[in-house]
Amino acid sequence: MKWKRGVIAALIAVPSIGLLGFGLTRDPGAIPSPLPGRAAPTFTLPAFTRGDSAPPSLTENDSVRLASMSGDVVVLNFYASWCLACRDEHEVLRSVAAKYAGTDVHFFGVLYNDSPGNAVRWLGEMGSLPYPSLADPHSRTAIDYGLYGVPETFFIGRDGRVAYKHTGPVTQDVLVSKIEALRAASRAAAGGVQ
Amino acid sequence: MSGQWIRLWAALVLSAGIHNVALGQSGAPRAPKPAIVTAADSALDAETRSLAAQLRCPVCQGLSVQDSPSELAQQMRDVVRQQLQDGKSPNEVKQYFVARYGEWILMAPPASGFNWLVYSLPAVVLVFGVVFLVVLVRRWTSVPHDAASATTPNPSHTMH
Repeated sequence: MKWKRGVIAALIAVPSIGLLGFGLTRDPGAIPSPLPGRAAPTFTLPAFTRGDSAPPSLTENDSVRLASMSGDVVVLNFYASWCLACRDEHEVLRSVAAKYAGTDVHFFGVLYNDSPGNAVRWLGEMGSLPYPSLADPHSRTAIDYGLYGVPETFFIGRDGRVAYKHTGPVTQDVLVSKIEALRAASRAAAGGVQ
Repeated sequence: MSGQWIRLWAALVLSAGIHNVALGQSGAPRAPKPAIVTAADSALDAETRSLAAQLRCPVCQGLSVQDSPSELAQQMRDVVRQQLQDGKSPNEVKQYFVARYGEWILMAPPASGFNWLVYSLPAVVLVFGVVFLVVLVRRWTSVPHDAASATTPNPSHTMH
């Protein structure tokens, strides 16, 4: 009779401990986004700084439409001047975006719950970006992109779909590898090569 | 006899406790808090509040969009209100948020697929608990054969 109790206890304890152990390997902060693979939410937002390498056609307070970028790769970085982690990725974004200036890869910063005045001061202190920063009144675009916080970076392919979402400070490796993968994928598709 | 009743009572209390825990963890949908209705209140406000109470605030810990004072929650309430005003059904508004944030955004997971387990488990546990109790109580209250014959106390009778 005693062994029966032992077996029952083990049958309850082992799966429970296993489940708890599995829980330890998971990051409770990581929430999967349903956006990758779906069409990127469209937006038309005013640029409050045009950036050092923006095309001359774009002037301050001009609106930027995502739809006008179709066929190109778009990197959308949500940031704020009050966001500490955004400082960590600032240099990486600056240098990588400068390399892609004038190509078929377009970078945009989208300000999240912050005033353009604060952002301009912050950019003056941290170093200006080569690409335009867009204001997002009432965070409508941020909510459209299912934003949890800043920084978050979205990679949009030539097909207009969100290919990848990066939560937290973006690194040079992530930026370059994702951009190059998107450029290569679309090139292969255009050439009919799989 | 009194020892048996204590055991029975303890088992009942324990099973009630287990059941409460099971229900508490099930994340069963709670009705939105009734809010104070003012003169300026409209059906749209009420619907916005009820819907916002069903959405999870992305920047909070366990708060609904309705209950959170954060800026993002305020903006999300505005989006809910705007979409309802534009003639979207409450379900369509919910789907808008689910498409962007995933099912995580819903305070109560929908009772379908794997989530169904969360809703059925408390009932299953309750049924098992009742069956377990019935079996246990019957075993405890069944009078042993030799004890039934010893209705008159026998000083020489000792426990086996």
